[in-house]
Amino acid sequence: MIHQSKSHESAIGHVTGKAVYTDEQRPPVGMLSLYPVMAPHAHARIKTIDLSGAEEIDGYVTVITASDIPGINNTGVILADEILLPTEEISYWGQAVLWVVGETDIAAQRAAEQVKVEYEPLTAILSIADAIAADRFHGQPTQISRGAVETALAQSDHRLTGALEIQGQDHFYLETHTSWVIPDGEGHFQVYSSTQHPTETQAIVARVLGIAKNQVVVTCLRMGGGFGGKETQANPFAAVAAIAAYKTGQPVRVKLKREQDMILTGKRHAFLGQYEVGFTVEGQITALAVKLYADGGWSLDLSPPVLLRAMVHVDNAYYIPHLTVQGWIAKTHKVSNTAFRGFGGPQGMVVIEEVIDRVARALQLPPEEVRERNFYRGSGERNTTHYGQEIVDNRLDRIWQELLDRSNFSQRRSEIAQFNHTNVDKKRGLAITPVKFGISFNKVQYNQAGAFVLIYTDGSIQLNHGGTEMGQGLHTKMLQVAAKSLGVSLQRFRMMPTSTDKVPNTSATAASSGSDLNGQAVKDACEALKARLKPIAARLLELPEDTTLEFAEDWIYYTEDNARDNKRKITFEAVVQKAYDDRISLSATGYYRTPTIFWNPETGKGNPFYYFAYGAAVSEVEVDGLTGMFKLRQVDIVHDVGESLNPLIDRGQIEGGFVQGMGWLTMEELVWDDRGSLKTHAPSTYKIPTIREVPENFNVHLLQRAAQEGVIYGSKAVGEPPLMLAISVREAIREAIAAFGHHPARVALASPATPEKILTAIEQITAEVEIVS
Amino acid sequence: MTDAVQSHNLESQILEFTLNGQTVRLSAVSPTMTLLQYLQQSGRSGTKEGCGDGDCGACTVAVMGQDAQGKPTYHAINSCLIPIGAIAGRTVITVEGLAEAERLHPVQAAMVETGGSQCGYCTPGFIMSLFAAYYGADGAIPDETVEGNLCRCTGYLPIRRAAQQLSQQLSQATLNQAALNQAPLNQVTPRDRFSAQLANYAAPRDDFAYISPTERFYRPTQLQTALELLHQYPDAVVLAGGTDLGLDLSHRRRSFPTIVALEAIPELQEIQQLENSFSIGASVSLSHLKTKLHGYFPSLDEMLVWFAAQQVRNRATMGGNLATASPIGDLPPVLLALDAVVELVSLNGVRRVPIAEFFTAYRKTVLQPGELIRSIEIPTTLTPQTTQRHSQSYKIGKRGADDISIVAAAFTIDLDAYNTIVHARLAYGGVAATPIRAIEIEQDLIGQPWTRETVRACKPKLRDCFTPLSDLRGSAHYRKTLVANLFEKFFIDMGGR
Repeated sequence: MIHQSKSHESAIGHVTGKAVYTDEQRPPVGMLSLYPVMAPHAHARIKTIDLSGAEEIDGYVTVITASDIPGINNTGVILADEILLPTEEISYWGQAVLWVVGETDIAAQRAAEQVKVEYEPLTAILSIADAIAADRFHGQPTQISRGAVETALAQSDHRLTGALEIQGQDHFYLETHTSWVIPDGEGHFQVYSSTQHPTETQAIVARVLGIAKNQVVVTCLRMGGGFGGKETQANPFAAVAAIAAYKTGQPVRVKLKREQDMILTGKRHAFLGQYEVGFTVEGQITALAVKLYADGGWSLDLSPPVLLRAMVHVDNAYYIPHLTVQGWIAKTHKVSNTAFRGFGGPQGMVVIEEVIDRVARALQLPPEEVRERNFYRGSGERNTTHYGQEIVDNRLDRIWQELLDRSNFSQRRSEIAQFNHTNVDKKRGLAITPVKFGISFNKVQYNQAGAFVLIYTDGSIQLNHGGTEMGQGLHTKMLQVAAKSLGVSLQRFRMMPTSTDKVPNTSATAASSGSDLNGQAVKDACEALKARLKPIAARLLELPEDTTLEFAEDWIYYTEDNARDNKRKITFEAVVQKAYDDRISLSATGYYRTPTIFWNPETGKGNPFYYFAYGAAVSEVEVDGLTGMFKLRQVDIVHDVGESLNPLIDRGQIEGGFVQGMGWLTMEELVWDDRGSLKTHAPSTYKIPTIREVPENFNVHLLQRAAQEGVIYGSKAVGEPPLMLAISVREAIREAIAAFGHHPARVALASPATPEKILTAIEQITAEVEIVS
Repeated sequence: MTDAVQSHNLESQILEFTLNGQTVRLSAVSPTMTLLQYLQQSGRSGTKEGCGDGDCGACTVAVMGQDAQGKPTYHAINSCLIPIGAIAGRTVITVEGLAEAERLHPVQAAMVETGGSQCGYCTPGFIMSLFAAYYGADGAIPDETVEGNLCRCTGYLPIRRAAQQLSQQLSQATLNQAALNQAPLNQVTPRDRFSAQLANYAAPRDDFAYISPTERFYRPTQLQTALELLHQYPDAVVLAGGTDLGLDLSHRRRSFPTIVALEAIPELQEIQQLENSFSIGASVSLSHLKTKLHGYFPSLDEMLVWFAAQQVRNRATMGGNLATASPIGDLPPVLLALDAVVELVSLNGVRRVPIAEFFTAYRKTVLQPGELIRSIEIPTTLTPQTTQRHSQSYKIGKRGADDISIVAAAFTIDLDAYNTIVHARLAYGGVAATPIRAIEIEQDLIGQPWTRETVRACKPKLRDCFTPLSDLRGSAHYRKTLVANLFEKFFIDMGGR
């Protein structure tokens, strides 16, 4: 069953509507609901709060303000800079001033509408540019550097400078943030939360309640999508519900409306990238100096590691002998930006792909040639990143060549040239881009995992591990790993909800690491159980205890027997029952930590990644020169998932990641007005892709013969890397825009490349042509 | 007033409908509670809320109704937008109602097999959209079926594979049945309990009036009754498909003391082909309109492809799209370019208003209190001397499908035998407080040759015809550019060089 396509373990629950999410549980008696009162200012001082109107509403129970917090009024995860309930100051538009508790959600909403708050508006910093001008940053700038950039730039054949703004992205998971907190009356709190990081949610709930972690159990049943948006962002909602449960003694739920979710929760960081690049006449990059500014928002949240991942992915697949990247986190009066699939990596890569395109057009070389020319390859320094990690098992060239062939790239390129020659108002573009993505949390401590496997005397098994299921198929893969390891069928297992009372001190399910880390922990637990069962099986088979036995297909076989039919064997159940009778423990924990990784934050050097995931994509688009509308015509992908644990699930991650990345780079536009209010807070205004934007001709090929040594059953992480394959769409659009001009030396394209921005780019190109001619 | 009085006599305190084969009888519930809120409150948590705006499709359910030809069918609709009053007497199927014990419905089985669900939260909505299409007339399940369902996980590819797999099964089943001569061609192809249920369908034909402690919900079957109710309750709100009003119910949880629903009035559901025009009843759903008028007005066909998504088109009406008078409504530019006439009716009689005079200001129309749109008449006659008509519409948004337009445009150009323009209509949405025509340009074009030079020459003036706003969808600059460029695009698309 390992390495085979298996449907999602909850697929039947999904299609019948029976799969239970946090808010779909049977409500306990007397459960109350929360509703926020949101501030209509980006930056303001709270003057007065008048609750008299709310108190008149039928079903009003109470409000939750800072004074109701028994513990610490702070939910910050890296720095304690995130006030949960403001006492004096509002830091971003829509921030919850207080929460109303009602007997029903409608009562809570009606009462919240009657709360009157007076504010004194203050000046707000609403963009990276404003923050730079005001010198308003979170912490100090950081730097990673190799070589002598200034000298190398000075000695380059050519030099170019430029800047690029990259906008953020809303996660738009279909299930909005939800938490239930049920107090048991004895001082303990059971929390059900749509969280990617139950352990951190547990820590934050304990912190705001001022109690020990062991008094709080956080359980995540499953999430209706996460994408990083539930890594830290679930914490404040669970915390508010916990405070309300503490205050009222009753169960309390919070489920955000879509608009509230989009206004209250952090997004992918917007970035500003400024660069100076030096390169040879052949298009070899010799030196690059990059400044990256991330919009952190009002509090720090996860911004430092996000920025760091951008800084260590600003090379993408390219060897740059002299490279300096510096990073700043802008402090703005906006929602605090957070993890989002790729975690800064995508922004770093968009910058370098922009640089490569600048170099290619300046030299009038095909961009794909310049890309290929600069790949990491060989060994030693030429194959080592700017942070000092050698790229062992570099598969870039192999994937690139395979994709050029599979996509019929060169022939299509000439066909498109022909099309563009004969069409004035429509142009097509074709582009190929690579992805190299580092796997492991940059924070070394996070690279550990636990599991807990329980066998019952009837041979049925419960599987627990520290990872959460958000649709990515982690639970399915973990079941496959456990079934393979124990040699039993999938039907024996019940996958348990992720819970902090089963596996403690877990890491976030993030950084694409879920199956790498938890898979090894699950295997470790299963191997421990197998080691206990093996001597018992041997005894039952009347063989010496140290005999080699095989666990497979619900049987334990004596492998030395030749003919399969005549092999001596015994059922798994019989061995399990005998183990109980012999007083042998049938439950085991498993544990794993990633070997060989280290990172020195002082020097910006180390071996932060256990390995790299690779892929490449070709996209073809057609752009309408009169409207700027584009159509994605075809996508071809070759992606490296190692020896896939489950090709159906891995393909789903690749396709889904690509489309999500395409949305980010083309149609998903976050718009704030000049007072800092988010204007795109619903699917009517914020447009994620629909089926119509996804081409029929979409070919995904998993790289074959690609087992990754030292990773669970030879597989590789797949959650985030495919998102960045969508950079090929942006570059294909740029290629089409270029075709409206006459070999322009530069094609400036904003991100996201909305029809308006595409038309602007075309207007610039054609204006330049007119000046030249 | 006799009809209205009669309907009052039939006032009921019971609201009844069929849900997954069971009769549901409710009393004392608000008729403006949405169907989704009812499902959730009654513990039926399979149907999900993803947005409460009718834009994500997670709450999709199937409701039995009739297709454009009058054949019983299932309609996918957004349960977050429909007040439960409008469900009275109807048959609703939700995701929980499909599987029989352990046996999955073919739609569910296909989605399991192809990996069509990842997080699963959007899945019930996709299942119900696919379910409705599975029993649809043509037996093919195109992308359009699920364009109103957002999925953030899969990128839609496995869902498309599931739809294609189902289409193949359906066409194979049709072939098999035809070979065995088992099924007349007009019968629904899959033969199971859901198709059997369709065979027993009867449209609600009686007046319905439901009174809760706080609200009244009327669904009369006679236009006269509706007009009398509007007269009797001046604060009454008119409900057509509810895809706009539903936002108030779902999102803002507003309630209205009196609602008069128009969907059971046969007179408002008719499409008539007259000698020189089509007359379209105000309550004809856009789905029916799309099928029945297909091929007559290219600009209408095109706009209906881009008008919201299936779940909305199954409920939304032409009358509703006009009465709500949004400056970014999709149909007004089309109707402006076709010189449609709006027929209004009240207890005082009937009046006909040219569409160009219908919109008076931002979200304001000539409709008087107690007055309804009865029909919209689209002329089929061409200007004298015309030998060729060019007509098309355009909708530009950040996303092609299911978006609100940045600019919408519709054009009609009539040419004589000498390629001279004898009639011109350039109509736009999204560029002014109301849908609007570029009348000055239209007049300039008369008598000119239909050439790219003519089109290009008018572009600078066309560009400055309107003073659109900058907003979250697009800048004023972009809108002005589109106003001019779309006319040139129209010229090219019509085969001009």
